[in-house]
Amino acid sequence: MVGGRGLGGRTLRLYLPLAFFLVAMLFPFYWMAITSIKPNRELYNAKIMPLIVHQPILKHYVDLLEQTNFLTWTYNTLLVAVVTTVISLVIGTMMAYPLARLNFPGAAVVAIGVAATYLVPQPLLFIPMSDIINTLDLGNTLTAVMLTYPTLLIPFCAWLLMGYFKSVPRELEEAARIDGASRFQAMTRVILPLCTPGLLSAGIFAFTLAQNEFLYALIFLTTSEVRTVPVGAITELIRGDVFYWGQLMAAALLGSIPVALIYSFFVEHYVAGLTAGAVKN
Amino acid sequence: MAVGPASLARPAPVAGRPFTLKRVLEREGVFSWLMLTPGVLFLLAFVAYPFFYGMVLSLQDRKVAQHGVFVGLANFALLTQDAVFWQVTRNTFVYTAVATALKMAGGLALALVMNQQFRGKNLARAFLLLPFIVPTVLSTVAWMWILDPTFSVINWTLVHTGLIRENFSWLGNATLAMVSIIGVNTWRGLPFYGITLLAGLQTISPDLYEAAAIDGASITQRFWHITMPLIKPVLIIVTMFSVIFTFSDFQLPFILTHGGPANATHLFATYAFEIGTTAGQLGMGAAVALAMLPALALLIVGLTLYLRRD
Repeated sequence: MVGGRGLGGRTLRLYLPLAFFLVAMLFPFYWMAITSIKPNRELYNAKIMPLIVHQPILKHYVDLLEQTNFLTWTYNTLLVAVVTTVISLVIGTMMAYPLARLNFPGAAVVAIGVAATYLVPQPLLFIPMSDIINTLDLGNTLTAVMLTYPTLLIPFCAWLLMGYFKSVPRELEEAARIDGASRFQAMTRVILPLCTPGLLSAGIFAFTLAQNEFLYALIFLTTSEVRTVPVGAITELIRGDVFYWGQLMAAALLGSIPVALIYSFFVEHYVAGLTAGAVKN
Repeated sequence: MAVGPASLARPAPVAGRPFTLKRVLEREGVFSWLMLTPGVLFLLAFVAYPFFYGMVLSLQDRKVAQHGVFVGLANFALLTQDAVFWQVTRNTFVYTAVATALKMAGGLALALVMNQQFRGKNLARAFLLLPFIVPTVLSTVAWMWILDPTFSVINWTLVHTGLIRENFSWLGNATLAMVSIIGVNTWRGLPFYGITLLAGLQTISPDLYEAAAIDGASITQRFWHITMPLIKPVLIIVTMFSVIFTFSDFQLPFILTHGGPANATHLFATYAFEIGTTAGQLGMGAAVALAMLPALALLIVGLTLYLRRD
């Protein structure tokens, strides 16, 4: 991509468009942040220049923590995300390993099934699923979401890990088997350690998917004590026509922190997971 | 690996190979299916069963907490006479087509910009992906405030730069509401296209561009004859993924507009929710959700086959 030479060309090709994308992508987060520290008299005054905060306050954060169950929602969200991520990683690994590395009858059918279930979107399933959860008498429990989130996460983990498992040379396993390792040992002691990056990618991805989930949480979690952050925020900080904008933005910001934090530590693995499906070497 | 020499010195198996449980478990088929069974059973119970149960529900007149009555295709017949349903269908196709085109074009532009060498590139990439990482509901709530009828910062900026005289009602006007949900969907999905396509671009050897440049190919020619053909596979996969999840989008329109004003932004998923969950008509709701199936099935089968090529 060689265009004009020198600083002028570089500004046009790189700095300007990059600045545009950065501002467009990040402005909503800036807006979230400054709204959460604006006093109401600034928020609801159309005359004041809105792009900066004139007198920052932490009242919305205090109110959010004191007047709502925000901490409980955060705990619920994290608990569900961690539990479902672990379950999905374990089951996903157990499915991906034989599919990627062994020959057995039915392998093709299961592999296609995993890919298809990964692609079946939730809105196709939520109505029958709500009836099933009611029948199981699990309505309004965290068990309901812990049971349903893995339907989204397991196929994803399995699919992603299959790609990683396939990339390990077969000789390594064969050598271990000749040395007397059982199939299970060859998997857990030889292949899995080599696929740690893949396990991390799948885990982080699953965690963000679980944090992002909304539809099942909205349907199944109907009292404040069991809600997750997204459901709690939109059902309790929006009451009828009244929007508690300051608290909403504080909740949105605080609610994004766990995911953003984990993402910042493992960004390379996240990107690897994101592109693994699409880019083949 | 952790096996010592002792096991190597084990006596060779006796002829006739004794039939032990351990040996059975080591057989490829047995081991594979032991590992697969929990996952397969789970997916059968919580994906395949609900899927078919949804089909059964769609053939019933079924209200919540009541017994269903089989009505054949009556729900679907009613839907074909429902003007809102056809509007929902049109909305969903418009939303998917326009948002996908914008994400594709914008994502490609982002990837091309990011494919240059500059300091802080990894940091820029990490920040640019944020919209895709942050839970949709939370970022959409921020957009709701950005698009607020009275206090919209976009309106403020447009009014103060003299571009418009009166505030736009971003979420209150039918056309603008569609523009808004498409805009926010593009904002959230564009980085996914951008970063994935960037990974595709990085696999292209610079030699190709050099050779083409020596042969006198212009930038445009190099883009259409080198870049595009080589990232086509990535572009196809990313687009199909994105189309599936845009077509069935729920969170974004549900939060931002609730399908309004006057159903102008209802998509299949939000309409199914309104009928099936809010109004408690499970049968009819399941029928609305299943209306997505023909288009989705084509995409899912297509993408599954494409992913399993070679």
